[in-house]
Amino acid sequence: MTDANPAEMPERGRVDHDAVKPRRGRRGGKGEQLQVPEAEFRSYYGRPIIKAPVWKNPDVPLYLFLGGLAGSSSVLGAMAAATGRPTLRRAGRLGAAVGAVGGTVFLVHDLHRPARFLHMLRVFKPTSPLSVGTWILSPFATFAAATAATEVTGRFRRTGDVTGVAAAAFGPALATYTAVLFSNTAVPTWHEAHRHLPVLFGSSAAAAGGGFGLVFASVRDNAPAQRLAIAGACTELATEKKMEHDLGLLADVYEKGRAKTLMTASKTCLVAGALGALVGRHRRWSAALSGLALMAGSALTRFGVFDAGIASANDPAHIVVPQRERIARRQASTETSTTPPDRAFA
Amino acid sequence: MTNVFDAFSGAATSLSGPLPDPTTDAGWSGDHPKRVGFFTDTSVCIGCKACEVACKEWNLVPDDGTDASGLYGLTGMSYDNTGDLGASTWRHVAFIEDVRPHGTATTGHLPSGLPALGGTPPRDAATAPPDGGTVDLLALLPDGGAHGQQTPDDERDVRWLMSSDVCKHCTHAGCLDVCPTGALFRTEYGTVVVQDDICNGCGYCVPSCPYGVIDVRESDGGAHKCTLCYDRLGAGLEPACAKACPTNSIQFGDLDELQAAADARLAELHGRGVEEARLYGRDPDDGVGGDGAFFLLLDEPEVYGLPPDPIVTTRDLPEMWRNAALTAAGLGAAIVAAFFTGGGRRK
Ligand code: SF4
Ligand code: SF4
Repeated sequence: MTDANPAEMPERGRVDHDAVKPRRGRRGGKGEQLQVPEAEFRSYYGRPIIKAPVWKNPDVPLYLFLGGLAGSSSVLGAMAAATGRPTLRRAGRLGAAVGAVGGTVFLVHDLHRPARFLHMLRVFKPTSPLSVGTWILSPFATFAAATAATEVTGRFRRTGDVTGVAAAAFGPALATYTAVLFSNTAVPTWHEAHRHLPVLFGSSAAAAGGGFGLVFASVRDNAPAQRLAIAGACTELATEKKMEHDLGLLADVYEKGRAKTLMTASKTCLVAGALGALVGRHRRWSAALSGLALMAGSALTRFGVFDAGIASANDPAHIVVPQRERIARRQASTETSTTPPDRAFA
Repeated sequence: MTNVFDAFSGAATSLSGPLPDPTTDAGWSGDHPKRVGFFTDTSVCIGCKACEVACKEWNLVPDDGTDASGLYGLTGMSYDNTGDLGASTWRHVAFIEDVRPHGTATTGHLPSGLPALGGTPPRDAATAPPDGGTVDLLALLPDGGAHGQQTPDDERDVRWLMSSDVCKHCTHAGCLDVCPTGALFRTEYGTVVVQDDICNGCGYCVPSCPYGVIDVRESDGGAHKCTLCYDRLGAGLEPACAKACPTNSIQFGDLDELQAAADARLAELHGRGVEEARLYGRDPDDGVGGDGAFFLLLDEPEVYGLPPDPIVTTRDLPEMWRNAALTAAGLGAAIVAAFFTGGGRRK
């Protein structure tokens, strides 16, 4: 597959994205350098092959962040109630309700026909993570809001304890299903990270929930929030590193543009927040500052992953190069008459 | 592979691999019509775009509103001023001017490259040249018209490739699998159609199509794509694009018959020495279980803007759910553990 006369032919795939007709202004990342310069591949005028998500920014990244915050807060709140830590209980329950209600608002606002949100509830489809997620979010939000109401009003406390546990049963799923939401797409950087994203989002949720606890619980009660937040931040940092390593070529979207800025900011916040939580838990102000940094780090991760996915979808190299490699691998393994790796499903 | 969620899915019950009858798989009773589709033979396409026009006319698809140059919607990509498939473009004719050194136009692999790229960024068409001269239309094209028509000369040959792209009506359709409202469904003809009165514009189908076909229309917020003229099928008519195609490049019919016709056509072309001819989307063993709309191409799929080895994203969904469930359990356990470790309880 070599050009006989390279002087006549442009280097394949060396495409000026500004020369490509942009698809309306709404796709982030259009016109940026989305290309892997070294990769040899052919394409149709350098145009994207798949369509980038039309999900709205900041609605969807914020929904992801709030869902994570709510999910881990609900378990924190239920555990704090069971172990007699009133201020952490209050923080967890309020965090769960605020996250769930806020997340629902962003999820509805993200729809291009928001008035039809309830159409989500006319079917339950396990093949659609958004359907499953709606069926997780709806009971979670109901229980979390009821729990928060009993917490604030101080009435029906027994009921509040029960609904708090019910919300906590859905909480961890709310925090991790969003990873499936992203990776169950044709977006290469998301799909190929389907083993990493659940851990990344789950640990990010732990950092956010723990951070929220550090901000709002008293020094006397905040030790579990501190441990959770530090463990979450460390796991998140390690998973992010592993994900970028394992993605190989597809990780280039994390190394340029806005995704890089967001991910760098996220790491800085997580490190600062974790260190602050480690040494500063016993002072109200330093605990609160660390908690804020951890929440910011968690949110920035979601924004970074979102941006990286848009850039990946817009880059034809992300489709063509890995798929060509897959074909080559399959041919190689057919020749040696072993099961082709990508036909194992058949 | 059979999906463990059969009981609830109400959509396709298998997630990947060959599937002889996706219609029955989607829950239609056994006496449904045969699966229909398109065979687009690009070797006879003349790029007239009758299919694009017929589709717009019959389906009342609005203006797609894309216009990079601000100048009659010209893209500067040869004679393709449509760009790509989308919510308001259900047939798209791709034009490739395949330039190669003179004398290499033999059989076997044809070295090919796209027209020269790089150069000046597009200018704003509304702005007159600063020196007050006349407007150079070519210069207003994106990239100064560098993608424009290539001409053969003593040193190089130019081969034209034209192909009318369309929704593939996949055997395992990513768009249909992920739709949370059930707006996307499989018809009794085995095709994939959006019900506009159900779609809530969540946009999940858009990045889940491995071919970049379906999109949300900004004016009405709904997702739209080729319906394979569902309404015409019901009345016993062939789809508008196939009806309008003057060269029979777009062939409509029962899928098994189209596949046989395509195999015969491929053998004929190979027999005539056109070794670069290949079928795309014909193989029921491929990553989407084969396409209802498949193609005969004269170059690699990516040259036409098609993914070379698409795989339906839901093939990996059982593993994703497993990972997410395990992580959720781990997160819950970690939070519980945070209350009991460290020995520093209730300081
Ligand atoms: S080509 Fe895309 S839009 Fe068409 S059926 Fe397949 S997944 Fe759906
Ligand atoms: S945008 Fe409409 S058709 Fe597409 S997945 Fe959402 S509800 Fe289904």
